[in-house]
Amino acid sequence: MVDLFQQAADSGFDQAEVYRVSSESQPIGFESNRLKEASRRDTSGAALRVIKDGRIGLSATTDPASEAGLVERVGEIAPFGAAAAFEMPGPADYPAVDIFDPAVEALEFDTMVQTGQSLIDAIRKDWPELNCSASVSRGLHTTSLRNTAGLEADFRQTSYSVGFGGELVRGEDMLFVWEGYASSRLFTDTGWMVESVLRQLEWARNTAEAPSGQVPVIFTPRGVSAALLGPLVSGFNGKSVMTGSSPMGERLGEKVVDERISVFDDATIAGAIGSRPYDDEGIPSRRFPLIDRGVASNFLYDLQTAGRMKAASTGAAGRGLTSLPGPGTSVVDIAPGDTPYDDLFLGIKEGIVVERLLGAGQGNQMGGDFKANVLLGYKIENGKIVGRIKDTMISGNVYDALSKLEAVSDTAEWVYGTVRAPAIRCLGVEVAAAG
Amino acid sequence: MTQRDQMKDALKGHGADYVEIRLEESDSTRIQYLARELEEIGRNSGRGGSVRAAFNGGWGFVSFNDTDDLKSRVRLAVEQAKAVGGDKTELAETDPSVADVPAVLVNDPNAVSLSDKKDRMDHYNDLIWSTPGIQSSSVIYGDNRRRVHFVNSEGASVDQEFVHVICYVSAVARDGGDVQQASFSIGSLGDYGLIDGLDDEIRAVGQRAVDLLSAPGIEGGERTVILDPVLAGVFAHEAFGHLSEADHVYENEQLKEIMVLGRKFGQPHLNIVDGAAIPNLRGSMAYDDEGTPTNRTDLIRDGVLVGRLHSRETAAKMGEKPSGNARAINYNHPPIVRMTNTVIEPGDASLEDLLEGVDDGVYVRNWYGGMTSMEMFTFSSGEAYRIRKGRIEEMVRPVMLSGNVFKTLNQIDGIGNDLGMNQGGGCGKAGQSPLPVSNGSPHIRIQNCLVSGA
Repeated sequence: MVDLFQQAADSGFDQAEVYRVSSESQPIGFESNRLKEASRRDTSGAALRVIKDGRIGLSATTDPASEAGLVERVGEIAPFGAAAAFEMPGPADYPAVDIFDPAVEALEFDTMVQTGQSLIDAIRKDWPELNCSASVSRGLHTTSLRNTAGLEADFRQTSYSVGFGGELVRGEDMLFVWEGYASSRLFTDTGWMVESVLRQLEWARNTAEAPSGQVPVIFTPRGVSAALLGPLVSGFNGKSVMTGSSPMGERLGEKVVDERISVFDDATIAGAIGSRPYDDEGIPSRRFPLIDRGVASNFLYDLQTAGRMKAASTGAAGRGLTSLPGPGTSVVDIAPGDTPYDDLFLGIKEGIVVERLLGAGQGNQMGGDFKANVLLGYKIENGKIVGRIKDTMISGNVYDALSKLEAVSDTAEWVYGTVRAPAIRCLGVEVAAAG
Repeated sequence: MTQRDQMKDALKGHGADYVEIRLEESDSTRIQYLARELEEIGRNSGRGGSVRAAFNGGWGFVSFNDTDDLKSRVRLAVEQAKAVGGDKTELAETDPSVADVPAVLVNDPNAVSLSDKKDRMDHYNDLIWSTPGIQSSSVIYGDNRRRVHFVNSEGASVDQEFVHVICYVSAVARDGGDVQQASFSIGSLGDYGLIDGLDDEIRAVGQRAVDLLSAPGIEGGERTVILDPVLAGVFAHEAFGHLSEADHVYENEQLKEIMVLGRKFGQPHLNIVDGAAIPNLRGSMAYDDEGTPTNRTDLIRDGVLVGRLHSRETAAKMGEKPSGNARAINYNHPPIVRMTNTVIEPGDASLEDLLEGVDDGVYVRNWYGGMTSMEMFTFSSGEAYRIRKGRIEEMVRPVMLSGNVFKTLNQIDGIGNDLGMNQGGGCGKAGQSPLPVSNGSPHIRIQNCLVSGA
């Protein structure tokens, strides 16, 4: 078979790049407290991106037999494509990023089954009426990149994830509790997940009447990720900045939220699922702030967006097989503050805790707005959690809420393995509850 | 040997209770604009397959892009199923279907040249920008042809082809730190014509984004709301559709008690159906992804729960009939219970009747999205207007609405005599998104609906 890259390189394009992915994953699923399904999913494919007469074309396939046709097809498409504002990068020095663990590759099926079943059993010991599900998955992913500027690089990444939870149906009341974590490394300590689910069940044991209006809100790390991160990050996306639709566009260097807030993009954190030695266009990874002590510091750029903005790529390019790269976050790391977690509750006469949301991300995120139903949240009375709130919605604007900041916890926790965040207490969030 | 013979041959001596093989080929085109510029134009092709096996109640599933050695894929799927099993495989009986179903093609997008498609989208983008005050825009066009070959160990052999077309546009307007957006989406089964004449809708998107900058917000709380057919369709999908999917219920004793057939959920005027056999909609098809002929299933009749959506396994375990609702988004995923076309049937009220007597309410149109956790659900409007003394008045910022399935369906106190289908959406469940579905409804009125602040 003719090598796709060589064929493209010999075809007279201004520049050409072949991006290949292949991945093998083995998820197992538990339903209704027992093992239900074992899977093996293999995917692979190739994408050819070219610049021809200054215009960009892309064509991809998952069918090895169709690869030979990609060069001709991309040549037909490129004349319609966008004007290229960049040159493909040559080889560079990439940081060593720890994202491969041979123990994940060697993990036995039976061990995965035991892990899932033991989590379910541990919860059902105290809560036998809980209908539990779980998933345990391991994967091996290979990415390779080759371009006509001389770049020829590839890396392998392992992934291991464990998630479990359950539903508790009491009359017409349904409660869903869940915990999960993903890493490129094997982890065996899952006791904290059991504790987390038990805590959710305990805090939700009673139902409380939600307050309405603007009350203090504590977002747990998971709540921060669900409610605040999407609208916040969208303002720092280079494409929103380029089109003038980001409220951050002209505010680089200005204070945009409370100085206790620092947000980093960091693809070099060992073990994190979004970590990588270089981005999907071959730009080396590094840690950089989006917000540094309240000040807007950097936007997320891929090559094309950066080129059009006369800026440099920040190594933020991500891509699916069948689409052009675009800027996005890799691993988001929000710095912890100085308030011990338990002290976040101090002095709150009436407020709420937000842990999980339903419908976050619908609506006008671009302006920083968030709105959602509180899927799992609790009422605080006189500094203590008194029960779960239901049929309650929150709405607000992330820049406003993070400016009316009251406290940031002194510990940050991983949410799924792609976001690390502290708990945040703020004002400026409107709570609406059904009567 | 033909591909079908290879598939049948791979099933010989499989050693499990049940095995199915699916192979797919697909071709797609995508054109995407960001602001004034064409951002991306691409053509992609795909090929892949999967094997699913059941043994003693456990499932094994294997998916792959290299479709050469099907026998070894079958062997691996059966091994996986055997490693899981520990109970009994139960699948509702169906007559093994043998069929070759061509794509529904009203106006084949594959017969339209790439440059014609691009010209059309150029024109739409220009229309958005014809409104003064636009800051940015997004126009996305996509079409996809997918051919699916299915065989199972019971002798079923079904080939089906689907052609889908989608178009999504959004406009952004900005005044300092205030950024507002408006959007519109539409999809169709095999009909490029449906996305060819949208000038009025698209011009309105641009105007709405600009108008939103001066629209006031409203306070959150419980209000009387009137939903247009598009948003009411999303409501039907989120509020009740997902809860009627039997895979949530079939192994959960407490949920089975709550979701018992005959239970009253709404007033006698409420009727909800789902079915892929309703023709020419985004969720229409002749056979589901287990080879079961599709159907039209009454979910709520006269306010009472009368049916639910099934795969062969959930139907067998609940002693009900398979409804033809097992769907996989592609070969990379196993079929699970999904909706197809979900519809609230029309009643007899005009929009004027619904508005009458509403002193202070909200008229909500169009949609951003929706989500459910079974009991509680949310759905978001693309547009919202104040209702005062029975009249639709000024536009306000779009709101999110939230409900509780045990209360909200019963609070529907008016059902319109019109019917509109929302063909612009896709559904997500268990990592499979976006699955082509449609939903529709007449205008409906809901009392005491929880509305977010905006």
